[in-house]
Amino acid sequence: MNEIVEGLLKAGQLILSLDADLIEISLRSLRVTLTAVLISSVIGLPLGCWLAVRRFRFRRFVIATLNALMGLPPVVVGLIVYILLSRSGPFGVFGLLFTPTAMIIAQVIILTPLIASISHQAIRDLWAEYHDLLISLNTTRRQRIATLLWDGRRALLTAALAGFGRGIGEVGAIMIVGGNIDHATRVLTTAISLETGKGNFALALALGFVLIGLAVAVNLIIHSLSRTERSGRW
Amino acid sequence: MTIRVVLAAAALVVTGGVAAAEAMKMAVTTSFHNSGLADVLLPEIKADLGLEVHLLVVGTGQAIRLGEAGDVDAILVHSKKAEDAFVAGGFGTHRTEIMYNDFVLIGPMEDPAKIAGARSAAEALGAIAAAESQFVSRGDDSGTHKKELSLWAVSGEVERDVSWYREVGAGMGAALNTASGMNAYIMSDRASWLKFGNKGDLALLFAGDPVLFNQYAYLPVNADKHGHVRAGWAAKLEAWLVSARAKELIDGYQMNGEQLFTFNAK
Repeated sequence: MNEIVEGLLKAGQLILSLDADLIEISLRSLRVTLTAVLISSVIGLPLGCWLAVRRFRFRRFVIATLNALMGLPPVVVGLIVYILLSRSGPFGVFGLLFTPTAMIIAQVIILTPLIASISHQAIRDLWAEYHDLLISLNTTRRQRIATLLWDGRRALLTAALAGFGRGIGEVGAIMIVGGNIDHATRVLTTAISLETGKGNFALALALGFVLIGLAVAVNLIIHSLSRTERSGRW
Repeated sequence: MTIRVVLAAAALVVTGGVAAAEAMKMAVTTSFHNSGLADVLLPEIKADLGLEVHLLVVGTGQAIRLGEAGDVDAILVHSKKAEDAFVAGGFGTHRTEIMYNDFVLIGPMEDPAKIAGARSAAEALGAIAAAESQFVSRGDDSGTHKKELSLWAVSGEVERDVSWYREVGAGMGAALNTASGMNAYIMSDRASWLKFGNKGDLALLFAGDPVLFNQYAYLPVNADKHGHVRAGWAAKLEAWLVSARAKELIDGYQMNGEQLFTFNAK
């Protein structure tokens, strides 16, 4: 119990002193996960929307698979990406293993099904509402998807933020493909795992509190910038 | 406004700084890293050679796999058998002994198996087996794990499938955390134990048997097998590691007034 208080104090101390290592790994955490969320959104949002609009034979099966992939185990994704990117693997020539790029690739694989799935749920309801209108206006499929994406942007923001939440706290995959190298691929979650291994529970907890604070701050900033949940608007 | 601002802000973070310096990757064992010696040596290497060494902290088993796959430029590990196989397989060019430290037996302060008075490490393990006291094993194919298994073989206790023997399949720190939680016996390298922050009721009970000495060796990855390996830097680093400068730093490194490593490169 004492350790939690100690951890909180230590977290405050690290933040107030603008600890250089802390800033470095926090920024790297943000850089890796935000890049992964961005790429996953570019793939996942239109994919989710397309699945809602388009009717085809294996649609139900594809959607069920996508939903199942939301629970993709990060450690397995990490291992597969590791084998693919290893110098002895098929993509070894790029020399990407143990770089932030490898961590981003792994996170994109983990986050895309999640973002696609949530955006599909949201767009499906919107599509039910817009269906008759968009059909009667004789829009092309591309126009329909663009309209749905734009009008559903707040729900889609939630999808992206859910992806961010999963990515920023993820440790299994990035530990394997990043290697937790100091000053190169160390991020908040892998640093927490390292400090726990050393028995430095106070420092590990402090980093944990910083991580939680960071996740909350990013969500608040994005919400305030995109002006959701404001008075007179639902 | 709105979404565009969010995207712009995200793009700013995404494109932010990528550092590029002369760097090589070296896989090292958890026990070496946990000792804190790396924090002393790496800045000196950077100052003397202008080389940034990126450490991948893993068990010896994984370090050797990384070297075999060509994912690192050199490895620094401590399991002679596996190292010899690594060189024999053509994955490394040669093996250079750098330094040694020692393993110690840790256990509950009250020492239910009475290992503190044992004459040898094998006898101490035999006492733990006889008392059926809880024993935590790394179980991760690391150098420490292999050493532990060889000691059990010497003690004559080869039956591993017993309830008091717990394989955790984790690094030294995680295994120490488990032993601390279960108040169990465990074998650890001295450095990891001294640096460990969650000792609980555990204490150092047995040390000093020469079989517990733990030799570290440096093995550059063979550039004939993996053309991209930075063999030039690996050779420079090796020359530094066997130099008088390294000797002074390694022998002079102390924790709680104890010397942890002994330099023995020839």
